[in-house]
Amino acid sequence: MASTETAAKDTARDLAGLEAGLDALDAVRVSRTPVREVLVRKVLPPVVAVVLVLVVWQILIWAKVTDDYKLPSPSLVWGEVTDAWAQGTLLGFIWTSVSRGLLGFLLALVIGTPLGLLVSRVRLVRAAIGPVLSGLQSLPSVAWVPPAVIWLGLNDRMMFAVILLGAVPSIANGLVSGVDQIPPLHLRAGRTLGATGLRGTWHIVLPASLPGYLAGLKQGWAFSWRSLMAAEIIASSPDLGVGLGQLLEQGRETSSMSMVFLAIILILTVGIAIDLLIFSPLERWVLRSRGLLVKN
Amino acid sequence: MATTTLTKAEDRTAVGHAARIAHVSKSFGGPEGQQLVLDDITLDVAPGEFVTLLGASGCGKSTLLNLVAGLDRPTAGSIETPGGRPALMFQEHALFPWLTAGKNIELALRLRGVPKSDRRTEAERLLELVRLGGAYGKRVHELSGGMRQRVAMARALAQDSQLLLMDEPFAALDAITRDVLHDELTRIWRETNVSVLFVTHNVREAVRLAERVVLLSSRPGRVAREWTVDIDQPRRIEDTAVAELSVEITEELRGEIRRHGQH
Ligand SMILES: Nc1ncnc2c1ncn2[C@@H]1O[C@H](COP(=O)(O)OP(=O)(O)OP(=O)(O)O)[C@@H](O)[C@H]1O
Ligand SMILES: [Mg+2]
Repeated sequence: MASTETAAKDTARDLAGLEAGLDALDAVRVSRTPVREVLVRKVLPPVVAVVLVLVVWQILIWAKVTDDYKLPSPSLVWGEVTDAWAQGTLLGFIWTSVSRGLLGFLLALVIGTPLGLLVSRVRLVRAAIGPVLSGLQSLPSVAWVPPAVIWLGLNDRMMFAVILLGAVPSIANGLVSGVDQIPPLHLRAGRTLGATGLRGTWHIVLPASLPGYLAGLKQGWAFSWRSLMAAEIIASSPDLGVGLGQLLEQGRETSSMSMVFLAIILILTVGIAIDLLIFSPLERWVLRSRGLLVKN
Repeated sequence: MATTTLTKAEDRTAVGHAARIAHVSKSFGGPEGQQLVLDDITLDVAPGEFVTLLGASGCGKSTLLNLVAGLDRPTAGSIETPGGRPALMFQEHALFPWLTAGKNIELALRLRGVPKSDRRTEAERLLELVRLGGAYGKRVHELSGGMRQRVAMARALAQDSQLLLMDEPFAALDAITRDVLHDELTRIWRETNVSVLFVTHNVREAVRLAERVVLLSSRPGRVAREWTVDIDQPRRIEDTAVAELSVEITEELRGEIRRHGQH
């Protein structure tokens, strides 16, 4: 008896050792990139690109390719920035638009998410509004500005309506494609664990569709921002305050090309900054934590 | 049909069963009409018994397991699993990549209704059981193939089900890792007293693990023959007794496959 016991213990120890060896051989090593490398690889290239654009722009000014009122020099536009900063209006312009854009986007999120879930999970709903929803994505949201003004008047509600019409379909469609891409194996594994109905949606479907959903959010933000700028340019009224779109329109009215340039640059910068600061890190974090981000 | 001698496995059916599959048939509707995949399968798994289902590729083994797991309904016949919903382990690990190894197990515990305060300790106990004590916070993609299958096994055990269904869980692993997992599975089965219905098309694996080997014929799937394996555990896959029985079963399996070439 004693001998069989020690034998069993020996085989157990053998097995544990063998397993430890196999695990050590197979384990995936994850290392982080050092900060310097990140700076050189990720930050330097876009900075160089921006500097190059500025240089080309200045060369065009020196070469006098066109009249001053058509193409302001970089220093004139920079002067516009410092003026607005000195008057304390610069951040106001940006904030008016950004707060509107983000609020509209959050509204779109609240509406688009359940809508996307419904379309992806209920066959009848998908048959009914699925095609319309993806069709809406290809309709430029500027088209909604005239009817929105007529229905709602020149106010913030009209702005939000235009944002929603632009962003809700993107967000809903992103979620639908995220759900469609869930491997059936995960759904079946969820069911065998007892995750059915609402619990299945919460524990399996939503987290599994997160990559597609985030892509939809990213696009939804781009659409929100674009729709808002279209609305601000077309529908300006003193009650609405001065956002970036109105700034651009004011520049056109007063024939101040440097102001137009300032507005365009700010619109572009805000769009990129929100994407870089919020959506890209979120997306990368989700993909990396699932091992879907391949470093090369 | 069967040449089973009366064994301890059959004695146990008298006390009850972990699964009772009675006259089960399954057909799938295809473009060329109905295709009968399983035909009148009758099979009992006794409590604590280890049964392997052996059959050629495409004979309906996965279909049968899905029916027992309740993922699909039989066309005819009935399936009882008195111990509640069986746990199912797939050929691929089927772990959720958005959760860590430990959280995958905790999700199973949560869905079973284990209170929040107990989940962490229970998950760590199960990881210890499959000898992955340090893997709690590891992401699925940071684990090797063998480790993933062990986490999947721990997650299946977390369901605390009377019956564990396994669908070729080790088919994608290399021989040494598979050997190790065979030893682990035998150990865990003896420690937990769970009933196992294990599907494979690898004859030696079937003999290595099981108390009873059930051979399915193909097209349609029927129970062709059963063997009781009276070899002491722990066995090794290269034991002569295992090899001898494997040769006999392989002959039978080949005969089954050959039959299909004749018409
Ligand atoms: N959902 C389905 N619809 C139609 N036919 C199916 C379906 N599922 C399985 N089949 C058919 O049933 C047969 C058995 O499939 P099954 O996956 O159960 O085989 P298997 O024994 O598990 O094979 P393998 O060893 O390759 O895993 C196959 O011929 C397959 O084409
Ligand atoms: Mg199969």
